Amino acid sequence: MAQVEFTPHLARYFPSLRESAVEAGNVAELVAALERAHPGLAAYLIDERGRLRQHVNVFVDGRPVRDRERLLDALAAGSRVYVAQALSGG
Amino acid sequence: MAKKQGPRLLLGTRKGLFTFTRKKKGWKLRHHAHPGNPIPYAFGDARTGSTWCSIDHGHWGQKLSRSRDDGATFEPVEEPKYPADAETKPGKPAVLRYLWCLAPGHASEPGTLYVGTEPGALFVTRDDGASFELVAGLWNHPSRHDWMGGGRDDPGIHSILVDPRDKVRVLVAISSAGVFETRDGGASWKPRNVGLENQYLPDPKAEIGHDPHFVQWCARKPDVLWQQNHCGIWRSTDGALTWKPIHQKTGKAKFGFPIAADPEDQKTAWIVPAHSDQQRMAVGGALVVMRTQDGGKSWKELGKGLPKEKAHDIVYRHALDLRGDDLAFGSTTGNVYWSENRGDSWHVLGQNFPPVYSVRFAD
Repeated sequence: MAQVEFTPHLARYFPSLRESAVEAGNVAELVAALERAHPGLAAYLIDERGRLRQHVNVFVDGRPVRDRERLLDALAAGSRVYVAQALSGG
Repeated sequence: MAKKQGPRLLLGTRKGLFTFTRKKKGWKLRHHAHPGNPIPYAFGDARTGSTWCSIDHGHWGQKLSRSRDDGATFEPVEEPKYPADAETKPGKPAVLRYLWCLAPGHASEPGTLYVGTEPGALFVTRDDGASFELVAGLWNHPSRHDWMGGGRDDPGIHSILVDPRDKVRVLVAISSAGVFETRDGGASWKPRNVGLENQYLPDPKAEIGHDPHFVQWCARKPDVLWQQNHCGIWRSTDGALTWKPIHQKTGKAKFGFPIAADPEDQKTAWIVPAHSDQQRMAVGGALVVMRTQDGGKSWKELGKGLPKEKAHDIVYRHALDLRGDDLAFGSTTGNVYWSENRGDSWHVLGQNFPPVYSVRFAD
């Protein structure tokens, strides 16, 4: 199980979103599991090709994911994942 | 459905959707929805009573949103998606970048809505937003790879018109490709750009590559169309088969983005002129609207109540609208003006709005 935490900005659109433990072997599986729990959430994180959106970042154990195209970065039992938004605009 | 509070004015801005209702004297702000989020376009669907808007999240992608209580509360609607094999160019997968405009389908088909997007696609829903499909006949048009971005990275569809007399006749305008028409409900499309002239391609009269900024028609007589184009203003009286220039050679009525057409009088339309594509702001620091009442033979400057100096506004293509005698527009400088006499004189609605992207009257 990976432990996943979210930028508070997402709570505006998904009020039930909380830090949670998710069964997933990689980040793509994690996003799919999150979509099942929070329908619509995946489209906030990835585009229709499954790529991480340009101004979204996912950190695994403190490091940004390397595979932004397919999200195949592996998750270990006890991995900590943080879903962040890049800072931009005014 | 909530009780109607009278005609509304919807402002899609960089910081949310503002909904006003008409009072005897002026407009009252009722709701500010999606605060902080850019709203490229919003409109009220008279057939269903729903209010629709698109959202351009900086981080989270393009979203659609619908209100069933006149803009007080909104619910998400799943946005259109490009098919898995769709490519903007060979090897470049198509992904949704912008929901530029929304348009109701025919009055007899209240579940049908169209969405114009970047990269240049038309989507349609037949079930009031439960599902969208790409209009493949236009996406697969052999000219598509000659379409260009106009101010945006990829081509985009910003004008959609469904013929009130014939539900299978639809016109769209694409920046930068031109006007296209289907007469078979979207299966096949033809460019309708005869008479237009551009100043930026090797062939000024090329069939494809024109930059209509906005296209509107006379609702009562849809064979009369108006086009504010990057290179001037054109009008058609034969259903877009041919276009004739109606801009001024030396006057202010030439460059701009929006155009509003009188739904009853086929000879009357309004534009908000701007200084050339090189500057894109009010001409000479004075904000004016121009109106023709003779099919474009002459233009009258309407500036009573508008700033005569130190104004450098630009009004986007969806930010001018007419309803009855009410006319309103908003600028990217956050100024919104309205007229209750078709532009003869103007009132300030507000001067500290976020940049305004769309202005639309609604029931």
